[in-house]
Formats: sequence, structure tokens, C-alpha cells
Amino acid sequence: MIKLVKNRKEKGKELSKFFCQTVADLMDHDDKLVFLDADLASPSGSTIIEKSHPDKFINVGIAEANMVGIAAGLSIEGFKPFIHSFAPFASRRVFDQIYLSGAYAKSTINIYGSDPGFTVGPNGGTHTSFEDVALYRTIPDAVIVDVADTTQLESAIRQAASEPGIKYIRLNRKAVRNVYEPGSEFTFGKGVVVKEGKDVLVITAGQILSDALDAAEELEAKGVSVEVVDIYTTKPLDVELILSRVKGKKALVTFENHSIIGGLGSAVAEVLAEHNVNIVFKRHGVTDRFGQVGTPDFLQAEYNLTGKDLVKTIEALL
Amino acid sequence: MNKNKNLKLLAAKIRLDILEMLMHRGYGHLGGSMSVCELFAVLYGKHLNVDPKNPGKEDRDMVVLSKGHAGPAWYSALAEMGYFPKEVLLTLNDGGTILPSHPDRNLTPGVDATTGSLGQGTSIAAGIATGQKYKGKNAYTYMIVGDGELNEGQCWEAFMYIAQNKLNNCIVIIDDNKRQLDGYTKDIMNPFDLKVKMESFGFKTLRVDGGDVDAIDEAITELKKVKDQAVCIVLDTIKGQGIKYFEDLFSNHSVKFNNDEINAASEKAVKELKAFIAKEEAK
Ligand SMILES: Cc1ncc(C[n+]2csc(CCOP(=O)(O)OP(=O)(O)O)c2C)c(N)n1
Ligand SMILES: [Mg+2]
Repeated sequence: MIKLVKNRKEKGKELSKFFCQTVADLMDHDDKLVFLDADLASPSGSTIIEKSHPDKFINVGIAEANMVGIAAGLSIEGFKPFIHSFAPFASRRVFDQIYLSGAYAKSTINIYGSDPGFTVGPNGGTHTSFEDVALYRTIPDAVIVDVADTTQLESAIRQAASEPGIKYIRLNRKAVRNVYEPGSEFTFGKGVVVKEGKDVLVITAGQILSDALDAAEELEAKGVSVEVVDIYTTKPLDVELILSRVKGKKALVTFENHSIIGGLGSAVAEVLAEHNVNIVFKRHGVTDRFGQVGTPDFLQAEYNLTGKDLVKTIEALL
Repeated sequence: MNKNKNLKLLAAKIRLDILEMLMHRGYGHLGGSMSVCELFAVLYGKHLNVDPKNPGKEDRDMVVLSKGHAGPAWYSALAEMGYFPKEVLLTLNDGGTILPSHPDRNLTPGVDATTGSLGQGTSIAAGIATGQKYKGKNAYTYMIVGDGELNEGQCWEAFMYIAQNKLNNCIVIIDDNKRQLDGYTKDIMNPFDLKVKMESFGFKTLRVDGGDVDAIDEAITELKKVKDQAVCIVLDTIKGQGIKYFEDLFSNHSVKFNNDEINAASEKAVKELKAFIAKEEAK
């Protein structure tokens, strides 16, 4: 069951601490869970796990590739590792280790990639990941979750902890606005129609779901009816939902905190093309650019990822 | 006693600039910036063949700050040398700034290597040093690498390459401040004896007090004489160096200036540094 919150202005819990508290709680009942961090335990919140389950917490130091390999080895021994680093280091930096030692060898690794896209803020260009989803999409059977809020994160962690394979979960470390009522449950591969509408379909994922809903409200007031779908996992992609919801719409816009190359926009474009869906279509995301330094708010505006920017895109299409 | 009075003064100015920059910003990588103030003072005050008026000068010496998060220390040194006005320091991390948290060779005059993803700068430095040799330049590359950063295997790949190729012009400087982000290196990934380690990798290695400008100066001078071997300085430093309060603060990697205690300690340190600078300049 999925329910929406009444007050979308309210923020949930700090996602970093919530992530690690959720894993710590699962660890109480599952001795196969292990958490690895790479000298980022204080930023990731995993000091919580270090305290509550010291024997199942490993700080490998600043050695992300090594961490992935160790996780792969733990998986061979039957353990279910969660690992953390900043999103670019949990994707780009360790891609071959994830690909081979992890996915190809059919190992289980749950990856917590923090501060993706504009949420990087002052850590700047070197720490920015606008391509992590694209990378993980090329890995057979990988699951990619772009976390919309606290409730969805909890559901994602529970499913990740209970299933084999490679799961990449990208999220802001800070608190983000609530969309879903606590207790709502999500399933990998199943998107959610968050708001129904007649004219335009917006498909999005991650915390900018809230911005998409803002945009939909603003457009509604102007007489444009916008449907908003939270695709939840960019992979596996809910193709059925996309094909059914696109029917009868005038336009489709994908909205992502990621490059338009290789991410959600590309994934949806592939579906449309292969199913001969003819619709006005726009990928709204980061347009082939590198990251830079600034506050998250500055960066969100700089890369045109605010709700207002989405409104402009949709108005230009109609 | 102190041969390099001017270098001590420069180190104090760099330290003050860092503190004021981070206080202005409200947060920042304090610990690892403070531990390299003396090093930057010796490099820019004495050893580097560079020209602030012409940052792209041919045959210049290069600095690669592989522990890129110490950018504020480098920016302070560059500002003190006149690469850009000191007011620019206060734009650290602003949207559109030329001073991002981590160094960017396409943004900042005097910055020749883009770093921030730990480990990568070590290989870049090795490549620059190789290029300098190819061109027959008589130029040096100073690689500054963190002790925590050494957790990254890439550092050791670079070291093997530098030693194999006897890149004596690539001066490897390890900031041994005994701490990384989550705490003490010995508790997270023990580096054991770094001097012995580097020696076993083929480096002529000196271990010196990283808070002592004379000692750093002498070590660099001595290593510049080495002709057919890789060279390394293990800088014995303190994370947060030079400001007692921050040296003692456990979580001093990235500091938020968001409580009275920290703000009072910072104000006090600013006053003391200013007084020291005034006294030295009056001499
Ligand atoms: C590849 C990579 N992983 C993680 C980080 C995050 N990070 C930045 S600084 C730091 C600790 C660095 O410790 P050390 O090298 O000892 O630097 P210092 O003590 O001088 O600050 C970490 C983990 C990073 N910048 N790059
Ligand atoms: Mg250190």
C-alpha cells in the first residue's frame, strides 16, 4: 500500500542517519548483514552501526575499490554487505570492481551512494555524479534506486537486504521533503502514479519528485493537467507502467537529477522508440555538463533542476 | 635561531587566511589545511620557481595537492604570493567562484592539477615530473599527499613508478598528521612506519617536523641534491596544526563554525595570529 502525505512541505528525517539506523535495526535480526564504509562513517551516519554492531562494521579506510572487493568476498561467504561512499566514488571510481567482482560473479552488494547530482553542494565538481545511474544501468541485473524520501528509503533498504544481487541506492544525506506516508511499501521494478493528470506525463525519480509535484501544482493552476510518475527504480524499469500512462497524453517529460545521457531520460526514450510510441518528448536533466561547487540550491538552479524549470520546459512543449 | 623568519611569518599569514576564509564560509576542511601551512610557506617563500604574474610560465615548478581538500591552504598561499587579490579568498565555494573546495586547474591561477578524488593526484604528479624530464626541464614537481590518502592503492602504484623511473624531480611529501576523516589513522588503517615503508619502496626518505619551517627547508634543499633516486619527505605534523583548540578537537577534519565554543576559540586564534604577524612585521 502506498499513501501520500498530506503536508508535502514537511521534511522527513536526515536520510544518512535514517539509512544507517534502518540497517542497524535489520542487523539485530539478521547476522548476515555487514556494513562497510571508506573513511566516511561520520558523514554517512554509519558510526551508528559502528556503535551498535561493532563486529559487523568495517571501516576500510580511503580505499573504495578495496571495499567493493572485500564486500564481494564477504558475499561469497554468505554475507550481505552494505557499502557506502559518496556517489561518484561508489560508482565511477569502483565501476570495474562492482561489475566483475560484484555483478559478473553474481555476488550480493548493496551500495549506498550519497549526495548524487546537485545535492553534492560544496564538495563540488570532483565529488559530483551526474552519470552514476548511466553506469549502473549497463550492469546486467543491477537495481538502481533513486530515493524520493524517508519512507521510500526504508522500503528500499528492506528489499535490498532481503534479495541477492547488486543494488545501487542513491540519496541525499540530508533531510528531504516527504512524499509518502510512513509504512508505504515499494517494489523494485514498480513505479508509482503519484498524481494523475490528462495532458502531460512527467516521469521522475529521487528527491526531485517533490519539485515535479510543485511544478504539476503550478501548471494545474494554469489549466494544464500534469500526471507525475515516480519510476522508483531506473532499473528494472517499469515499462508496462510507462506504456500505459503515456496513452492519451500530449507530451512526456522525464525529469532527473542526472545527465540526460544514459539515465532515466535515455531509458524512457528507448522504451518509446522500441514500442513505436509517437509523442512529444523531452528529457529534462543535466545537459552534458560537469559538476561545480556551490550550495545545493545554487546547483539545482544552475543545472535547471527546479520545479520552475520543469514548468518552463512543459510550457514550451505545449 | 630561526633562519627563516620570513617563512614563519608567511606560515602565520597563511594560517590566518585559512581561518578567516573558513569562518566567513561557516564551515570547511580545517584540520588538513592547517597542517600544511608551514610547508606551503617554505615552498612558495623559498623553493618554487614560479611567477605569480605569469602563472603559466614555461619551466615552472609544479605543485600537486593530491589531498585536494586542503585547497584553502593552497589558495591562501597563492593569495599571499599575489596570484589573485586576498578578497577573493572569501568567495571560497560560492557559486561561480574561482576557489572551489577542491583545486581545479581550469579555475585558479597557480593551480596546475585538478584533485579532490583522493589518490589520483599522486599519479598526475608522476606524469608531470615525467613530462618535465622529457622536455629536459630543470623543474620540480612537489606532490603533497595525505597520510589517510595513502589508503588508496593508487598512491602506491604511483610510488612504484616514481621509484622505478628514479624521478628525483618529483618530491613526494606525505602530510603525516596521524588522522584521516573518521579519526586516527592507527585506528582505521595503520600506516605503520611511513619512513621505513617509503624506504622499502626505494625512496630516499627524510622525516622532519612539519611545523618547523627550517627543518622543511633543509630537507627540501638536501633532497634536491639527490640525482638518481626517488625522494620523499614524511612531514611530522598535527591535524589542525598551530591552533591548540583545533589540534585538540577530535573531529577537526571538517569544522562547522556553528557554536559559541568554536567561534570563541576561532576569534581568539585570529587575534593571536594577528598579534604575531604584527610583531614579526615590526621587527
Ligand atoms: C576517493 C576519495 N574518497 C573519499 C574522499 C573523502 N575524503 C576527503 S578528505 C578524507 C580524509 C583524508 O585524510 P588525509 O589524507 O589524512 O588528509 P588530512 O588528514 O590531511 O586532512 C576523505 C575520506 C575523497 N575526497 N576521495
Ligand atoms: Mg591525515
